[in-house]
Amino acid sequence: MKIINPLIIVLVLVALAYFGVKAGLTALFGVVIPYIAIVIFLLGFIYKVIGWAKSPVPFRIPTTCGQEKSLPWIKQNKLDNPSSTLGVVIRMALEIFLFRSLFRNTKAEVYEGAKLKYGSNKWLWLGGIVFHWSFLIILVRHSRLFLEPIPGFITFLEKADSFMQVGVPLFYMTDAGILAAVTYLFLRRVVEPQIKYLSMPADYFPLYLILSIAITGVLMRYFIRVDVVNIKALARGLVTFQPTIPDGIGVLFYIHLFLVSVLAIYFPFSKLMHLGGVFLSPTRNLANNNRAVRHINPWNPDIKIRTYEEYEDEFREHMKKVGLPVDKE
Amino acid sequence: MVKMLEAEELAKDITETPSLLNGKGPDREWMDTPAEFRDGNWAYSAKTKAIESLKMPYARDWSPGDEDWKLPENWKEIISEGFRERLDKFRSFKVFMDICVRCGACADKCHFFLGSGDPKNMPVLRAELLRSVYRNDFTLAGKLLKKFAGARPLTMEVVKEWFLYFFQCTECRRCSVYCPYGIDTAEITMMARELLNLVGININWIMDPAANCNRTGNHLGIEPHTFKTVVESLCEDIEDVTGITINPSFNRKGAEILFITPSGDVFADPGVYTMMGYIMLFEHIGLDYTLSTYASEGGNFGLFNSNELMKKLNAKMYHEAERLGVKWILGGECGHMWRVINQYMDTMNGPTPSYMEDPVSPITGTKFENAVSTKMVHIMEFTADLIKHNKLKLDKSRNDHVRATFHDSCNPSRAMGMLDEPRYVLNNVLNNFFEMPDNTIREQTFCCGAGSGLNTEEIMDVRMRGALPRATALNHVVEKHDVNMLSCVCAIDRATLLALTQYWAPDVEVSGVTELVANALIMEGENEVRDCDLREEPYLGVED
Ligand code: HEM
Ligand code: SF4
Ligand code: SF4
Repeated sequence: MKIINPLIIVLVLVALAYFGVKAGLTALFGVVIPYIAIVIFLLGFIYKVIGWAKSPVPFRIPTTCGQEKSLPWIKQNKLDNPSSTLGVVIRMALEIFLFRSLFRNTKAEVYEGAKLKYGSNKWLWLGGIVFHWSFLIILVRHSRLFLEPIPGFITFLEKADSFMQVGVPLFYMTDAGILAAVTYLFLRRVVEPQIKYLSMPADYFPLYLILSIAITGVLMRYFIRVDVVNIKALARGLVTFQPTIPDGIGVLFYIHLFLVSVLAIYFPFSKLMHLGGVFLSPTRNLANNNRAVRHINPWNPDIKIRTYEEYEDEFREHMKKVGLPVDKE
Repeated sequence: MVKMLEAEELAKDITETPSLLNGKGPDREWMDTPAEFRDGNWAYSAKTKAIESLKMPYARDWSPGDEDWKLPENWKEIISEGFRERLDKFRSFKVFMDICVRCGACADKCHFFLGSGDPKNMPVLRAELLRSVYRNDFTLAGKLLKKFAGARPLTMEVVKEWFLYFFQCTECRRCSVYCPYGIDTAEITMMARELLNLVGININWIMDPAANCNRTGNHLGIEPHTFKTVVESLCEDIEDVTGITINPSFNRKGAEILFITPSGDVFADPGVYTMMGYIMLFEHIGLDYTLSTYASEGGNFGLFNSNELMKKLNAKMYHEAERLGVKWILGGECGHMWRVINQYMDTMNGPTPSYMEDPVSPITGTKFENAVSTKMVHIMEFTADLIKHNKLKLDKSRNDHVRATFHDSCNPSRAMGMLDEPRYVLNNVLNNFFEMPDNTIREQTFCCGAGSGLNTEEIMDVRMRGALPRATALNHVVEKHDVNMLSCVCAIDRATLLALTQYWAPDVEVSGVTELVANALIMEGENEVRDCDLREEPYLGVED
């Protein structure tokens, strides 16, 4: 159920766009919904990040994954246990661009006599890296539709992405990358018992959604050609706030655009916000210099403690008997 | 007492009972599976006396085994309000509630999952127990989409489930090492325990020691006069072994250094040998230090209950340092004590009393730059520095009967990163040192299975399951290198690992590192023939 239901929802969304556009609602699907989506995305994203940022970080709690800085002759692991801001920046960059923590992943197996074995397991890391980098590059490549003239680096990115020079139109590696990676990420949630068990509908939904977006995109580019000149006119209209609905854009494009809009709307309310959250994770973005530099807790509570005085008052006679020094005779 | 399976039977049970561990997952979704209370999987509730002595709410007679937990009438509002308050106070909590993608990288990293196969022991699901309620009460998606978005309402069943599983997490942070966003289930467990505490759901093994620490200064409730006599009797044992008479000072004003260690070292076997080790080490180097009976507990059971209680107990350290006028504090071998000192103490109870000074070793002149604010140095940092500067007279061969490995305790590893100091010390005081496999040491170390206040007898089944990954790694080096000593720098470990070895690896003993240092120390004025270690085991070659 949790696997099928989200698929049905995505299929309904596709049908909605299809029949909507067939019924002539091109302005709704081509202009109104994309505008609503971008507004919800931006506001929702900002709202969420501000919400996180408003909560203070009372304690400096990095997870230390290597040797601390202590004595000068003991080699500190500056990447996994940074003690300076620069170190933290590098640690974060490695997390964000290379998924360093995920790279540590192992797979535990139990066998005869409850012995345990930990094998290297980098598939999730690989799938994650391919998926995210493909997604990012595809996103950036799309800006050719919105910008006029097309900036040099976009053309460069397209060249780099298609350097394998297969077929006409040129084949993008990231297209294959995203399809393969999302398929992998989906399959592991169906095949691996642990992952399947812990997954929820909200884990399958974005995968179906993104897969559908990628498939419709790939269809438009390689199989069912659409009128790119007119699509660009529509896109330019959106970003210049002079929306137009050129004729002759295939329904496939509207489905693609609608699914992207749904993704954007869904984004701020879902786990996809890990994009923003990873930057704010206190176990990763703080230096382990706690004993050298005091961290301030803005709400540090006043706590009444049991003072030495109270303690001595209770035990004074006993203390004197065994010759423990006391403050009051 | 609950009857335990024999080790072999438990191993068979873990390996063969169908579970997510061996790929045969349950059919029923976790949200539809109520928590199951059975003998041996839940800890006893806190006694009223402890709760009252700490002036905490809802002291009452109750047992987690009962149907009715006698919660205050408005428990739901209290928890919900407490939840909101903590979201507003802890960014970690708020972010961790939102961003988990359930990638499952953490799933098989928890020792409790590896020893039980129970899905709710996968860190991600442990967190979901709380997250599901968060979504329901605090997010739009949860309110609108309910179960589709992974939301469920807070019910008494949920509270019971929290109790079972948040007291089945040792706050070890191993899961956090592997998470792509650093989500730390320990942090979530700490929040959950605070929420439970708000409505008077506590366990005795945490609250009783905490109450004792508050009143008498140490977790066993030993009063000052007894504390002194016990330490003195340890000095007599030192005299028996070495022939040297040592008289440590107590509560002495004007000492240069205050030494604080977990009281387990003073009272419990085999921690006492480590205590003897400290006393011998300080005598050997002529350290100007004192022990305190008021701050006679390094460990902090408040950490396992709430940030407020942690602060309350920790405050004694600076309070006493100020009263005695010491320059800085030296801390003994303890795991969670160092989590508190390294990550919380200065923030909570700093800035340090004004006339404390930057910690400088009076023996080597080394300034501990990494501790200039908190002004508290770890005994391993201190000892490593002594050895590096050749200030200790050591005879490694005195430890030749020891074939040691080293258990990295969770907190010094993952909340501090003190990995190489103890290894440096060990390699300088003994000849036979062997590492356990790579994935089980340093930052990837496995918990003893009973940290964070769970080393209580009645949950031995849970503990021995949680101990399995550590035990497996240990047995690996026992088979390969005949290891007979599991050394560590943690007083809780010295209690819990003992249970672990007795059950899973009966030929291995447990020791602190400083005990092994003292074994190798050539003390001035010692017996001409020093023929046995602190446990009065003969040195190798002595018996013939
Ligand atoms: C910036 C740092 C980011 C990191 C470190 C990161 C990391 C990850 C990881 C480790 C996964 C797990 C894969 C899985 O669950 O199957 C994941 C999933 C995902 N991420 Fe990211 N991500 C980042 C940014 C982004 C961005 C910018 C997006 C934009 C759309 C995004 C969208 C997704 C999606 C859709 C998934 C799939 C979820 C699923 O598998 O169910 N992520 N991310
Ligand atoms: S590793 Fe982190 S993101 Fe992945 S399931 Fe565990 S807590 Fe969630
Ligand atoms: S902190 Fe440790 S005990 Fe708790 S869930 Fe994570 S790995 Fe398990």
